[in-house]
Amino acid sequence: MVSANSELTYDSKIEGDVIVTRADAVINWIRSNSMWPMPMGLACCAIELMAVAASRFDIARFGAEVMRFSPKQSDCMIVSGTVTYKMSSAVRRIYDQMAEPKWVIAMGACASTGGMYRSYAVLQGVDRILPVDVYVSGCPPRPEALLDALVKLQDKVKRERSFSKLNTA
Amino acid sequence: MPKALEAIAALKGKWPGVTDRASLDQPALNVPAADLVAVLRFLRDEQGYDMLSDVAGIDWSVGASPRFTVVYHLLSTTSHDYIRVAADCPSDQAPEVPSAVDLWPGANWHEREAFDMFGIRFAGHPDLRRILMWDGYPHFPLRKDFPLSGVDTDLPDAEVVAETKTNAIAAPMAGGPFVASPGEINMTEAEPRAKDESWNERRPKPGN
Repeated sequence: MVSANSELTYDSKIEGDVIVTRADAVINWIRSNSMWPMPMGLACCAIELMAVAASRFDIARFGAEVMRFSPKQSDCMIVSGTVTYKMSSAVRRIYDQMAEPKWVIAMGACASTGGMYRSYAVLQGVDRILPVDVYVSGCPPRPEALLDALVKLQDKVKRERSFSKLNTA
Repeated sequence: MPKALEAIAALKGKWPGVTDRASLDQPALNVPAADLVAVLRFLRDEQGYDMLSDVAGIDWSVGASPRFTVVYHLLSTTSHDYIRVAADCPSDQAPEVPSAVDLWPGANWHEREAFDMFGIRFAGHPDLRRILMWDGYPHFPLRKDFPLSGVDTDLPDAEVVAETKTNAIAAPMAGGPFVASPGEINMTEAEPRAKDESWNERRPKPGN
């Protein structure tokens, strides 16, 4: 998605072949527009996640179509479905294997809060073990809701201090 | 005479401990745990009940004796009828019955599930581990003294516990359990909800 980004406006008559901007703006612009999701499909929400990637809703319009099943290659874990306690260690391990920078979307009621599973076997919200950036309501959410969550996450990424954080670290 | 009734008559002649069991559908019988494998073998080899379709456990209640019962559902693929065989566990504290894995390899996972949920041990089972809950989970969730919401327990992975400082909690019930109202046509009304919505995590239960 090409969004209005005042940091990147460029007037060829004044600047010629040179574009002046901030490093943060460029890095965040790149990061937010090629988010590679890690599809953590655990239950029925994963079916909606597949619909989001398919032609009717087409998450490629927002630059996040490259679903990677390897944590090494992905930036954004989409936890779509019921996380049982038994699965929680695998979810956390895969999150730990993802390279920084990384983000998490909790898709649907189960991933956000445990949902209708008030049970001995289900993790009551994936935010108990992962830092979640965006929560999506719904059981399961509409594909549009997940697209909205992605756009919200992109806005969040664009506000991050990425380069200056690297410098001070 | 249906096949199952013939089989039951033959069984009662061979094993006097076998008795009829109340049943609303298929013929059913109670078998002493000591005779269980021999009875199942007889049903499989002599009576044609060649398929084991389920193994289930029952917890009657905390004070009941016998407290635990194991139920086998057999199907004859030749005469197309079912028979149900139930065996009470002799011990209420350490329930144990002999395993049927030697007769039907498919009993393996069924028996692991009954062990996982009820703590019923199957003597002679080749690999009696938990199958649904994680190894090291200290409780048996389908026993009557175990609450539906669970109890506080450590997570399966010690590294995750050290990193996140979290554990398996008793799920907040908030007026639940969440049940559907029967007979509602309106989907918004019919969805599962708590019977008592006067309290939740923020507003304490009245009278507590």
